[in-house]
Amino acid sequence: MREVGAEQITKVVKQLALEAAYQLGDDVREALREGLRQETSPAGQDVLNQLLENADIARDGEFPMCQDTGLAVIFVELGQDVHIVGDDINEAIQEGVRQGYEEGYLRKSACHPFTRKNTGDNTPAIIHISIVPGEKIKLTLAGKGGGSENMSRVMMLKPSDGKDGIKDYVEQRVKEAGSNPCPPIVVGVGIGGTFEKAAMLAKEALLRPLDDSNPDPELAEMEYELLERINRIGIGPAGLGGRTTALAVKVEMMSCHIASLPVAVNINCHAHRHKEVVI
Amino acid sequence: MSEPIILTPPLKDEDVSKLRAGDRVLITGTVYTGRDAAHKRLVDLLDEGKTLPIDLEGQIIYFVGPTPTRPGKSIGSAGPTTSYRMDAYSPILIERGLKGMIGKGSRSQDVIDAMVRHKAIYFAAVGGAAALISRRIESCEVVAYEDLGPEAIRKLEVKDFPAIVVNDCEGNDLYSRGVEEYALDEMEVNG
Repeated sequence: MREVGAEQITKVVKQLALEAAYQLGDDVREALREGLRQETSPAGQDVLNQLLENADIARDGEFPMCQDTGLAVIFVELGQDVHIVGDDINEAIQEGVRQGYEEGYLRKSACHPFTRKNTGDNTPAIIHISIVPGEKIKLTLAGKGGGSENMSRVMMLKPSDGKDGIKDYVEQRVKEAGSNPCPPIVVGVGIGGTFEKAAMLAKEALLRPLDDSNPDPELAEMEYELLERINRIGIGPAGLGGRTTALAVKVEMMSCHIASLPVAVNINCHAHRHKEVVI
Repeated sequence: MSEPIILTPPLKDEDVSKLRAGDRVLITGTVYTGRDAAHKRLVDLLDEGKTLPIDLEGQIIYFVGPTPTRPGKSIGSAGPTTSYRMDAYSPILIERGLKGMIGKGSRSQDVIDAMVRHKAIYFAAVGGAAALISRRIESCEVVAYEDLGPEAIRKLEVKDFPAIVVNDCEGNDLYSRGVEEYALDEMEVNG
């Protein structure tokens, strides 16, 4: 049994919140540069150049890359041989978010659903804990913006809709989202499971590096085909028209009920922020 | 791309009438911020027949909730938020003299109709270019609803703030034109 202090978790979460808001990943930068090479629309090229310049400014650590620094979504893979000592792990994570958002001058975007009163410290963060073998803790923090999250959906398709039905649904969703979610976007697709599991798969799909491809050849093919289809829609960077509507499509899948075909589409903006660390 | 048009609020009918969807503009002067919660309060006040905390005549509202300002800086990061959430409120404000809105994403037909009827413009700033945009904002002062935190109404002084006309007062829409121009047709998809 390995002991890990709750204060260490707080420290790590705080650091992840800061890094996510200021340091755009190299995979995203490269995808933006690749978009620039492919883009035929002058307005689209102009937007992509601005986004790369924006990422450079943010990297200096004074201005977050986007004013919507998001709700903090934290995935914890907790080794079953780890013993957390000190505080409750959930509170340790919330405290890390609180400190990171305060000290990093990040926007507090959490509010009461009815009164819309801001909670003032960006908590509660959304925490997903899974227990895994081993004695390590993997913490991943995603700063999830509201604009792209609002464009996300879960749909319970019929089994008869099949694979084509799933692809049509994803394309349709991106079309309807249009210029709203800050294209170029990243599209996470969750197929199967139950209503809530499909959504989780879609969100987890967004944590993958943009330049990887699914180990399942059938899903890799689907990711490729969906990206091609989406980039033919014409929405383009900032929705001004162009080729670069999505930087990547990531699909995750699992078995589902014989009566169901759940599909979730979780859209993320180009401020594709997630950082991870293993304790 | 053609040269940007210089705009200095407060805007008059003749200033907005000449703008067309796709025009690039550089705005210099005062711009007010407002998003969901502030819009609701403004419209509630109008419903109650009360006076607004800011005079909207000829003004531009920028849909933004900036990050906190660091010491020594004029503002934090300040990119546009998605505009459709303000669709329920914008027509009433346009009726009361609002001449411009800056945001991102498409607007409802009701808002577009109000812009045509009362001569107003919807501009887009580049969503997510928040750090870059902040360089064009010279000062920021909360003028109403401080309790709303990032959603408070702020008075910004901007210089050469870059935006693009999405909806003009003739009902044109840059987003639908952009998609039409760049969509690859079915033939090519199947081919």
